[in-house]
Amino acid sequence: MRGRMLRNHAFRALPALAAASSLLLAWEIYCRLSGISETTLPAPSQVLQQAWLNRDALWLNTVPTLRATLFGFSLSLVLAFLLSVVIDFSSLMRRALFPIFIASQTLPLVAIAPLVVLWFGFGLLPKILLVALVTFFPMLVALAEGYGSTEREVEDLLASMGASRWKRFWLARLPSALPYFFAGLRISITYAVVAAIFAEYAGAARGLGIYMLNAKNNFRPDLVLAAVLVSSLLTMLLFSATWAVQRMAAPWIDGTSRRRP
Amino acid sequence: MTAPLLSLDRISLSYGEIDVLRDVSLDVMPGEFVSILGPSGAGKSTIFKLLTGAVAARSGEIRFAGRPLAPTDRPFAFMPQRDALMPWRRIIDNTTLGLEVQGLRRKQAHQRVRPLFEEFGLAGFEQHYPHALSGGMRQRAALLRTVVQDRPVLLIDEPFGALDALTRNQMQIWLEAMWLKHRWTIILITHDVREAVMLSDRIHLLSPRPARVEQTIAVPLPRPRFSHPTARAEAATIETSILDFLLSPQIQEQQGQLP
Repeated sequence: MRGRMLRNHAFRALPALAAASSLLLAWEIYCRLSGISETTLPAPSQVLQQAWLNRDALWLNTVPTLRATLFGFSLSLVLAFLLSVVIDFSSLMRRALFPIFIASQTLPLVAIAPLVVLWFGFGLLPKILLVALVTFFPMLVALAEGYGSTEREVEDLLASMGASRWKRFWLARLPSALPYFFAGLRISITYAVVAAIFAEYAGAARGLGIYMLNAKNNFRPDLVLAAVLVSSLLTMLLFSATWAVQRMAAPWIDGTSRRRP
Repeated sequence: MTAPLLSLDRISLSYGEIDVLRDVSLDVMPGEFVSILGPSGAGKSTIFKLLTGAVAARSGEIRFAGRPLAPTDRPFAFMPQRDALMPWRRIIDNTTLGLEVQGLRRKQAHQRVRPLFEEFGLAGFEQHYPHALSGGMRQRAALLRTVVQDRPVLLIDEPFGALDALTRNQMQIWLEAMWLKHRWTIILITHDVREAVMLSDRIHLLSPRPARVEQTIAVPLPRPRFSHPTARAEAATIETSILDFLLSPQIQEQQGQLP
């Protein structure tokens, strides 16, 4: 049973693997045949080789990025949750705050990142803030929509039982929001790594962002791409982690979503 | 004759401009199975909302056990249309929802419902999530959730409407058997004439909106009706007369006036 499931997974992953390998192969062949300079476009094999040779440096620069991502994302989750509760309980607060949240999403990261570094220095704090700024809004919207998705009948039922507003939130609205929460989590986590790298790009002592910047300035596109590879792997790892967390925290979501049309 | 357990006395209610209930009067005896039957949109569910305190009447009085119903009184356990089971709660935790709202600890609540699973045909499914259950089982779980609240009156809103015909029949047979055993006081909302006739002691027939009680029909048939040799044939006669009434020009005309 388990063996078959694994085989099925492998089978399902096959098209993606085939497509990715074909692209890489085409890239490799192009680099070899066209004679393009490796300081312009390095071949994938060279990127992999350099990534391996520079693994210590890459790892040293991955840790701060991962730290900024996770801290920033945690901050964003806490804020998004608290504020989602506030606006769920008070429509006045919703009307007051929501436009500000939306405005926060219109700030171009290119402009705001150097400023945040200017205000808060080259340490961890500006990175955390920028990651939080980028990921906060999708999480807030996911939660708010999730609360709103609560079935009317479930709320009527709880009201008929004499449940207070707080109990209705705790017993119905919050759990109803979980599928939305996890969907939002998967979207935001992919923004989070990018935001951390961007923050580092604007100024940092260590991190994948500053590593990429230095590699570029030294005409080493192979190392830029090696760092890109690491950041992609990081994002995919975090993305998969959200599925794992969902399966542990809310195993019922799988079953229900399959039954939905 | 005993006094009614619940009576609605000339209840009128409107949502904004729309008159939903106009002078609705009906009563329910202790241990009686009563149906409220009416066309869709007549305001049947509004009567339940009124009883559970979700909406307030413009005029009229609700009396429970001879006394006016205070807003904080909750003598009703409500079973909403569809099952409203929470997909994130296991079946046992769904059935204890009302007890938890009442402030009972989860463990005590479990102890209270566990012995009932057998009778409700749910034994072995305590730890399942609702999506793993069939429609009929979900309805039984929903009824269990309603019954364990231990309220004097059960309010059941079109419980079997979403089920397939065969399952619906099985559920009706089962519900009658359960009622014969426990003698709960039940108010059932339905637009299924046969269901009302087969299950109820009395049927309050509502007019189209604004609803009032058009007729109250006693159904003095022997029970259990589904297995009784003559009850089904007699039920068919009553069903026909109710349908004739609902389809009569006078009623149809009122419905025609609806927007």
